[in-house]
Amino acid sequence: MIDKFFATPQAALADVRNGATVMIGGFGNAGMPAELIDCLIAQGARELTIVNNNAGNADAGLAALIGAGRVRKILCSFPRQTDSWHFDKLYRAGKLELELVPQGTLAERIRAAGAGIGAFFTPTAFGTRLAEGKETRHINGRDYVLEYPIHADYALIKADRADRWGNLCYRKTARNFGPIMAAAAACTVAQVREAVELGALDPETVVTPRIFVKRVVKLH
Amino acid sequence: MKKRDRKQMAARVARDIPEGAYVNLGIGLPTLVGDYLPKGREIILHSENGVLGVGPRPAEGDEDEDLINAGKEPVTLLAGGAYFHHADSFAMIRGRHLDYCVLGAFQVSAAGDLANWHTGAPEAIPAVGGAMDLAVGAKQVLVMMEHLTKDGESKLVEHCSYPLTGARCVNRVYTDLAVIDVTPEGFCVTELVEGLDIDSLRKLSGVPLQYRPAAKAA
Repeated sequence: MIDKFFATPQAALADVRNGATVMIGGFGNAGMPAELIDCLIAQGARELTIVNNNAGNADAGLAALIGAGRVRKILCSFPRQTDSWHFDKLYRAGKLELELVPQGTLAERIRAAGAGIGAFFTPTAFGTRLAEGKETRHINGRDYVLEYPIHADYALIKADRADRWGNLCYRKTARNFGPIMAAAAACTVAQVREAVELGALDPETVVTPRIFVKRVVKLH
Repeated sequence: MKKRDRKQMAARVARDIPEGAYVNLGIGLPTLVGDYLPKGREIILHSENGVLGVGPRPAEGDEDEDLINAGKEPVTLLAGGAYFHHADSFAMIRGRHLDYCVLGAFQVSAAGDLANWHTGAPEAIPAVGGAMDLAVGAKQVLVMMEHLTKDGESKLVEHCSYPLTGARCVNRVYTDLAVIDVTPEGFCVTELVEGLDIDSLRKLSGVPLQYRPAAKAA
């Protein structure tokens, strides 16, 4: 019998190795897998490459992971916030590498990884310093920049409901990066509010089909 | 002269958004535009974190941490609204499905170049968010900004000195002093605030400004 539910977040993240690339879902607090991040901090993996829209807020979640010195590099679109002091300090000290990616390019690079796309041309950032050194092409009267997919070893995401096969439904804007990160990572771990019986999720409303999800942890 | 304050600027932008438009409002000042959209027009607000049909701020106590806008502020969803993931959200932007975006700016050039994400200062931590996607993707890019910096320098410039967000992308600029179209021939002022004449604005701006006053709105 297939059962993707893990009893604890600790068990679901036990095999994260030093140097792993980890996508972390969420936009602000919406969709942030707080308990999985706390567990990753306790688990102790170091030299991580993190993919998230931001670089942590205040002292919890991703900010705490950064503050604990576990992150070597971060790919994100908007690191600087009024309360991103953990990131700011390490970045200024040269202890944290930043790859700044326009938000839509970040999303599409993640999507491309999950969809098996080798690279794509986007008009975003053409003629700006974020396109410096990148291959460009003029296609049908428009200028484009070549961008490559972002693959990950793990994606830690938050969904609302799951069944034991790993089908996921989300809640409101907490969906954000969840579906695309789930497809882009070799091992996707979803924390969910509610576990339901197989067959209880309306197949018309499943947003992330089980094939993209390896492990599920029910919290609360 | 009667400078427009932030609310008056927002109301002025809102007046130009037509019925049925899909609109993305940038973080900060542009978000205010949502409060002044003319009653009776159905306008669909898009937020890049994954919502179409953003409604007003909820009443205190009714906030839902799973329902926020791109500025991470609590919002509501209008009847007919929808949620979607980030790649779909930016497909709407990049794929030219949005009619308007309203963005803030440090500088706009006579060619329509936009600088709004980086001051270029070496110690500054860069952050770009969705600005570059909106700049290339929306059918009409509207900029809303103070006409002058705190030091009195014009934010309308011949060439941007700050790093670009997008090249040749701005269609119209709304400032506290004027409404300015970006045309193939450069800036063209279409509206001045009460008590301001075009020569005074030209002196303040330090860039060539054509002047073609629009017919007064009824």
